[in-house]
Amino acid sequence: MREMISMIVVLTVLTAVSGGLLAAVQSGTELQIENQVLKFQKAPAIKDIFPDATNDPLAERFTVKAEDIELQVFPGILPDGSKAIIFETKGVGFGGPIGLMLGINLDTDKIIDVRVTTHAETPGIGSRAKDDLAFVSQFSGLGFDTKFAIKSDSGDIDAMSGATVTSKGLCVAAAQAKEIYQKLKPEIVKQMK
Amino acid sequence: MAQSIAKEFTKGLWAEIPPFRLVLGLCPTLAVTKSVENGIGMGIATTFVLVFSNLLISLLRNVIPSKVRIACYVVIIATFVTIVELLMQAYTYELFLKLGIFIPLIVVNCIVLGRAEAFASKNGPVLSVADGLGIGLGFTLSLAALGAVREILGNGTITIWGGTPVFEMGANFMPFQFMIEAPGAFVGLGLMLCLMNLIGKK
Repeated sequence: MREMISMIVVLTVLTAVSGGLLAAVQSGTELQIENQVLKFQKAPAIKDIFPDATNDPLAERFTVKAEDIELQVFPGILPDGSKAIIFETKGVGFGGPIGLMLGINLDTDKIIDVRVTTHAETPGIGSRAKDDLAFVSQFSGLGFDTKFAIKSDSGDIDAMSGATVTSKGLCVAAAQAKEIYQKLKPEIVKQMK
Repeated sequence: MAQSIAKEFTKGLWAEIPPFRLVLGLCPTLAVTKSVENGIGMGIATTFVLVFSNLLISLLRNVIPSKVRIACYVVIIATFVTIVELLMQAYTYELFLKLGIFIPLIVVNCIVLGRAEAFASKNGPVLSVADGLGIGLGFTLSLAALGAVREILGNGTITIWGGTPVFEMGANFMPFQFMIEAPGAFVGLGLMLCLMNLIGKK
């Protein structure tokens, strides 16, 4: 009995201390990690989505708050003068959360392009969503009347073969983006003026 | 005392150098040694984990009940691995992207658990840190060496932190692409093991 109690106590104390330590390190590095993600993940994605924006979307980023949602928005001015925005939503893939950045034209309400940012998908399988543009290019030019789900779920998106979970996760992210966009658009337009 | 510390430290550099002498921790060895840079990065991350987990396990060796020791070791090791992962994300993001999934996999690296079980649980903290440093440094050297062989043959260059290679083969050199792909890792490791055995043969 004594042995049993000592096992339970040692393991509990050990896991509690590790948990506390990790929480401390996590909160200490959070800001720095966010900067790194901005620099190495979001900046290249923004450059891909708005290759010839006439402003600097990264520098002009702002935060929109409405209806309990807080959203970081990167505004872009396209060469033809129309206004567009980029923001990120998250879906859950095979290895954890996947970030999806969507560029949306504010005048036509259509998706310009999307890119995958942070992910933990299996290299060579789910990671194709990021490395091989065949999947994400399906989203280009779609409007928000599209059903963001893979075809076997009676949606409009072709899944990547072998990476169904990743494809589904990205569709969830896109569907969520549609919802957020419809809710926040008035606020975004107001702030972009 | 000082002599035995030196002994524990240096055994990791030759007599028990992983992964050549202790053929353990092959997963990161094979997977990340596409270049010298990746090898060194992985080696340093593993060394950090080894030193701190050895230290902590050695300090707690009389407190941890033997029936749940492996679970305790895994909790301690996993904590340090997650700290390394967060720190790499915060300060060396590019390297973190290259090493990717292999950073969290340090948790199940046999070298780390092996040293905890075979050494740190039976020896004092000073010796355990020396052991961890030695084995970690040996692992780093091995990965860097294997990375160098593969990068030179497969790419014709050696690049360490930064875009410009510090070493380049002549213009006539035809890179042997096979070496930086997955099968090249097995061939490279096999040849280096063979070389080590030939040198070590008495």
